[in-house]
Amino acid sequence: MSNAEARLEILTRINRAVRDRDVPERPAYPRAEGQSRADVLHTFEDRILDYRAGFVRVSPDGVREAVRAALGDARRVVVPDGLDPAWLPDGLDVRRDTPPLTHAQLDGVDSVVTSCAVAVARTGTIILDHGPGQGRRALTLVPDLHVCVIHAHQIVPDVLDGVHAVAGAVRAGRPLTWLSGGSATSDIELVRVEGVHGPRTLRVIVVDG
Amino acid sequence: MSGLHPARPFPEAAKSEVNNPQLRANLRKVTNTIREKRLRAVGELPHWEELRVLGAATKDASLAHLSDRLLELEASVKARGGHVHWARDAAEARELVAQIAQGHGVTELIKVKSITSDEIELNRALDAHGIHAIETDLAELIVQLSHDTPSHILVPAIHRNRAEIQALFNRELGDPEHLSDDPAVLAGAARRYLRQKFLTTKMAVSGANFAIADTGTVCVVESEGNGRMCVTLPEVLVSIMGIEKVLGTWEDISVFMELLPRSSTAERMNPYTSFWSGVTPGDGPQEFHLILLDNGRTDVLADEVGRQTLRCIRCSACLNVCPVYERAGGHAYGSVYPGPIGAILTPQLLHMDDKNANTLPGASSLCGACFDACPVRINIPQVLIYLRGEANGHKGTTLESVAMGAARYAMSEGWRFEGAVKLARAGQGPLVHGGQITALPGLLGGWTQSRDLAPFPPQSFREWWREREAEGAGGEP
Repeated sequence: MSNAEARLEILTRINRAVRDRDVPERPAYPRAEGQSRADVLHTFEDRILDYRAGFVRVSPDGVREAVRAALGDARRVVVPDGLDPAWLPDGLDVRRDTPPLTHAQLDGVDSVVTSCAVAVARTGTIILDHGPGQGRRALTLVPDLHVCVIHAHQIVPDVLDGVHAVAGAVRAGRPLTWLSGGSATSDIELVRVEGVHGPRTLRVIVVDG
Repeated sequence: MSGLHPARPFPEAAKSEVNNPQLRANLRKVTNTIREKRLRAVGELPHWEELRVLGAATKDASLAHLSDRLLELEASVKARGGHVHWARDAAEARELVAQIAQGHGVTELIKVKSITSDEIELNRALDAHGIHAIETDLAELIVQLSHDTPSHILVPAIHRNRAEIQALFNRELGDPEHLSDDPAVLAGAARRYLRQKFLTTKMAVSGANFAIADTGTVCVVESEGNGRMCVTLPEVLVSIMGIEKVLGTWEDISVFMELLPRSSTAERMNPYTSFWSGVTPGDGPQEFHLILLDNGRTDVLADEVGRQTLRCIRCSACLNVCPVYERAGGHAYGSVYPGPIGAILTPQLLHMDDKNANTLPGASSLCGACFDACPVRINIPQVLIYLRGEANGHKGTTLESVAMGAARYAMSEGWRFEGAVKLARAGQGPLVHGGQITALPGLLGGWTQSRDLAPFPPQSFREWWREREAEGAGGEP
């Protein structure tokens, strides 16, 4: 079989190329000074606002109202299994993804409400590992508005902290989606246009406690 | 889509590109804007230099263990239900994609922007099999619809302006509304056109920014969401990756997610990154193929000096700081890899006996800005000089070596140099056009192929000095 031949030949070429090479020493990962929790949360807020995404910080009993405000005019909402039902306001046309919605059905939904796995302050990145409360990947991709509810304790200072936090999910074979603001392009004369194929709007709700 | 092979030598291609004022204006604006933004994004990280060192060392460690890493990646992708294929060259990789498409009866597929797929000229090969590949990145779509080629790694359609794109979309996308030239309106038209394709197309092809050996995870870094659409919604996904993209463990990804966005788009983080490991039941494509491509990379790996080129993470920072790229533009390089990185990667992938590619190491002023900007510390000037030596080794006695010999003779004695200058001044009359010498005859032609030359001034410094002495103005008070 030609693929076995190609495999053997490429591996042989590599082994010939790197024979007797020393393995280079790798330096330690450079880490920033420890930040206070208040600084970390403040940095995260600053980054989210810099991406021109919505941001609000609420107490646990304010989540439902915050979700209602974040949804605005959106009425048709898809919610993943495992999302805290206390977060959802009344009066919405809520679709569940069990059994899975078709692509066309998903395209007919205005918005999605999810939680996340972890968030990185320094880069304003939300990491979904598509566990309970986050849904499969298509749910946060096709609707135009994504409302993401994050517990304050899920916000870590740096990229490496985020990478460590989802290591277990990756090793279990789960996919990840990293979001930093909404969909954007700068392809035409370098003019930034927000909202191309992914959700045009991202609204973040951080829950204290 | 142009592949690796430059159709012309760089000096010849650059000459016509440099004469395009629109291109030069666009490039100046883009490179200056990204350059300044990037400095801010990089300056925000106090330990940027340490991250660069770690990034370089992490890639070097992967390359030193490349066969083990690839075997581990193959095993872990298979353990997660994916298929792994090996391609020695572009033809094998193209054939693999075509076979998978034909196996599913596919006549149309969607693509994530992938320079590797351009390198192997995938779209043209699929066309020959009756399979239409639709580019879904906005810039790649512009390039594809206008039957053009990309001119920048990050912003491939940067040589086009909004009026050209307006005319193109009005003609090609069949939109009922007449589109204005507002970039938001034009992006909206692409969104409408592509959305149905995303929702209904059965197969997608992507590249890979990184792959992680121990978890079998492949990664695509992007901004628009077209990448997420392609790797999530179709039933079948094929990812083509150069073998140098593999990393050892999951934790290795962190340093690159810090280095890449800040170097590339000058953002703290790009809007979207997708990671997947084989197939996930109930989520995303249920059939996944990973193609591991050599296509000259193992030869680069074998070269002591050139090997560092394989650290490249395709960020394009070197393009944006390069004075030669800024003036000549991406098309002058004639390859999918333009700019300083292309000037070293393309000739190495093709070998130095490619007569057009071996002119690329000359496409540099050796100012060193590319090395400073490179997030994985590829010493591009060092490799450029090394490859120039390799190219000269292929050429024997060259015009350049004769000219340099003549210059050495003239400059070794003051009187000889002065005589030569007088002679040149007398002889330059017919060569000066608009205050510039744009083409020198004979042996010296190589010099003016890619640069203009100021004419010799009417009086040399030595002549002026002698005159000043003679007029008695020379004495100090």
